[in-house]
Amino acid sequence: MKNWPLWEVFIRSKNGLEHRHCGSLHASDATMALENARDVYTRRMEGVSIWVVPSAQITASNPDDSAELFDPAKDKAYRHPTFYELPDELKHM
Amino acid sequence: MNNNLIQYIYGIADNSLILGQRLGELCGHGPSLETDIAMTNISLDLFGQVRSYFQYAAKLIGGDATEDTIAFLRKEREYKNVLLVEQPNQDFAYSIARQFLFDVYHLLVLEELQNSKDETLSAIAKKSIKEVSYHTRFSSDWIRRLGDGTEESHNRIQTAINDLWIFTDELFHQTDADKAMVTEGIGVDVTLLKSNYFKKVNEILEEATLQIPTIEYFQKGGKQGIHSEHMGYLLAQMQYMQLAYPNMNW
Repeated sequence: MKNWPLWEVFIRSKNGLEHRHCGSLHASDATMALENARDVYTRRMEGVSIWVVPSAQITASNPDDSAELFDPAKDKAYRHPTFYELPDELKHM
Repeated sequence: MNNNLIQYIYGIADNSLILGQRLGELCGHGPSLETDIAMTNISLDLFGQVRSYFQYAAKLIGGDATEDTIAFLRKEREYKNVLLVEQPNQDFAYSIARQFLFDVYHLLVLEELQNSKDETLSAIAKKSIKEVSYHTRFSSDWIRRLGDGTEESHNRIQTAINDLWIFTDELFHQTDADKAMVTEGIGVDVTLLKSNYFKKVNEILEEATLQIPTIEYFQKGGKQGIHSEHMGYLLAQMQYMQLAYPNMNW
């Protein structure tokens, strides 16, 4: 079981919301990963749908590049849509 | 007070209680974090079912009886679980084999029990079926994985199936209370489940490339309260707190 690959788990907490990353686990294949995710991450009614993705399939940004990737956005407040009035019915923005 | 009904409830609920206790022993000792949580989840499902059965039994008994006195203060021979569920964990293969051999049976019983004339038992069965369907899926998957896995896992699960097979026949025995409850339309006639049980079990064993054991002599006694040597140790641990600190609460 030490050789089981790592999987990333995404849970949708209720219909209409997006799947959100909630953690990772070990499993030998996708079926086992789904069952393990059900047991480890949805015991307290956290979700209505599960996605599992092999961690190895995720391409991550390099922390060393953080300065050039993210810092330039810091002083561009005008990119936030805070200048619009949203109707009250619109949730989860 | 309908003594046959109470004994019938014990016959069903004690299986879940004792298996739940066995699975609880694995808490923190599972082979991986994921399987550890999965098996203790099953344990908690079973205890949840037991609580419903024993709350009902306590109401039937009346007086000072509670779900806790029924669970913790009976003598060994008053527990009516089958021998299969009290067998020790030994290794992961034994825990999975025991689970699998019980789950297939448990699901068949509940599918019939939901048609019981007794509304409480029918309601408990309906609620439990979802849980036990998942237990069956979990244990069947592991039987296939271990059987069709490495040489080591294949040998271990085959040994566990061979050793526990001797307890499968008892699942289909009937006590006097069972027979009385079947006549009243309350209980499940387990003798009718036997062929379907072995069909389902054998199907999965074959998929798992495992040999179906062929033995002629089977163990029995649990349903009459005559248990294997493991039961006393299990009860000593399970009942310790209530015996050392009577009426204690969390």
